[in-house]
Amino acid sequence: MSEDFFQKQIPGFRLVNRSSEIRPKFLFGLLSILVAALFVCDLTSGAVGVGLHDLWKILRGAPCDPATRDIILKIRLVKALVALLAGVALAASGLLMQTLFRNPLAGPFVLGISSGASLGVALFLLGAPLLGVAGHSLVLGLGTVGAAWIGAASILLLIMVVSRRIKDIMVILILGMMFGSAVGALVEILQYLGNEAALKTYVVWTMGSLGDVTAAQLALLAPAVLIGTVLTIAVLKPLNLLLLGERYACTMGLNVARTRSLIFVATTLLSGTVTAFCGPIGFVGLAVPHLARMLFRSADHRILMPASMLLGMAMLLLCDLLSKRTALPVNTLTALFGIPIVIWVIMRNRSIV
Amino acid sequence: MRPLEFRNLTLGYGSRILLDHVSASIDAGQLVALLGRNGTGKSTLLRAVTGLEKPLDGEIRLFGRSLRETTPQELARKVSFVATEKIRIANLTCCEVVGLGRAPYTDWLGRLLAGDRAVVERALAIVGMGDFADKALDRLSDGEVQRVMIARALAQDTPLILLDEPTAFLDMPNRYEVCTLLRRLAHEEGKCILFSTHELDIALTLCDSVALIDPPRLHLLQTEEMVRSGHIERLFHSDTVAFDADTRKITMRK
Repeated sequence: MSEDFFQKQIPGFRLVNRSSEIRPKFLFGLLSILVAALFVCDLTSGAVGVGLHDLWKILRGAPCDPATRDIILKIRLVKALVALLAGVALAASGLLMQTLFRNPLAGPFVLGISSGASLGVALFLLGAPLLGVAGHSLVLGLGTVGAAWIGAASILLLIMVVSRRIKDIMVILILGMMFGSAVGALVEILQYLGNEAALKTYVVWTMGSLGDVTAAQLALLAPAVLIGTVLTIAVLKPLNLLLLGERYACTMGLNVARTRSLIFVATTLLSGTVTAFCGPIGFVGLAVPHLARMLFRSADHRILMPASMLLGMAMLLLCDLLSKRTALPVNTLTALFGIPIVIWVIMRNRSIV
Repeated sequence: MRPLEFRNLTLGYGSRILLDHVSASIDAGQLVALLGRNGTGKSTLLRAVTGLEKPLDGEIRLFGRSLRETTPQELARKVSFVATEKIRIANLTCCEVVGLGRAPYTDWLGRLLAGDRAVVERALAIVGMGDFADKALDRLSDGEVQRVMIARALAQDTPLILLDEPTAFLDMPNRYEVCTLLRRLAHEEGKCILFSTHELDIALTLCDSVALIDPPRLHLLQTEEMVRSGHIERLFHSDTVAFDADTRKITMRK
């Protein structure tokens, strides 16, 4: 094809039109403001009302009522930060899995990865007292996280092995649900065998809460989510290539095995850690990436990933705010928000592929 | 140096041999159809050239260099691939898909530079999809999607392009148009194009050469020679149909 053919074909032809460049910037700005506003609301609202003026004084370190300062810094700030981290982690892991499995209904909860983490935690919380190793709170915290990581990683590994052999996504979803149910049954057996105190610890954990995380635990949660996020950013280009499927990705020079492992580690760190500290919080990972796609009208992960992370933060902050008002557990609220979105996704793509 | 050469190539799975020590080569600027009955190893041969299938014996050489010594990154600059499966991704625009073809040349975030954008624009223009750049893939017809996927392969800027049954889901006019496009790319852009197909008609009218899998052998001949060779009559022969070398058509037996 000669040069002049090229010139003739595209006089004044623009590859990227203006509106498609402005839209994401505008939305990112808007979402950032929303997240900031929700963050401040989350800090001010609760049993003890704190005005914006007082909040500013406390955050600035100016002298003020020590009781109010403790409430804000030791309780609400930690909780709000946990909401931000959990939102980022769950939304990112959901998008990672949807692209890896090329399945719009994939997510840490649906594929049984949260259940895997639950099994790990159940084995630890209910099993450790039987062996007489539990006791110290630090051991309890570290053990819970470790157990959740191992549990989440095992289920994820199992699903990845199965998905190599079985390409039908519905079968994989059903298998994910089966794994989830099997894990549920095992947990029930453990509950039956476990002692009363341990059982209570476990049941409280399953209710899902952003408020049970201490500042010390935050020091473990934050780096884990940070590493997971860095890994996620490192695979943004591979994720875009995987949109076309592994075969195309491979012929474009992508090391598919390495990418799979990176996504695997990132997902385990993100969803496993959050599940360990906050309990199983469902539907954020599944629904938020779809919200991002709907708002940003893009399939590019360089846009979708930060968009999902921001929306995840906003969703969890909102759920936390509402849970303070209504006294409902956070995972009940995320389910109430998430399920309509999921139903909408199913109704819209009648054929899910 | 030949873009693609098979030397004593043996392909198969375990004890099942599909191709047994075949040797053949394809020149630049040639459109070659890969014909063969179902299950004779057309897809396996294409997979082997993209490095996804390891030969049991012998080797595949690209521009005189063995595939074994080529890294996946180098391979991505020599061979591009178009699959049979339909790609339908909501919100993914044509120019984004074609832009993905630049992956072997872009940075870790896959950012397109001005040069990459020019290549993408040109690739879309060549396949006649210039006006569809901002359209999402799920809004296009099957024929249009196949063109965009060919543009993606063009943007990858490889001397060799492989296509696995590119016309499988297309209607009759689209089949001819896509294959005419491939012929144009081979002749005007100097690409070496190998595509598997079941369209005997198209293969014999549009292609420069035809590769025919006659298990466990592979015949690669100029189209004219292939018609006269008698291989097609022998392979596409059954109680109900027969190949007529004069009209180059498969006809029902009376």
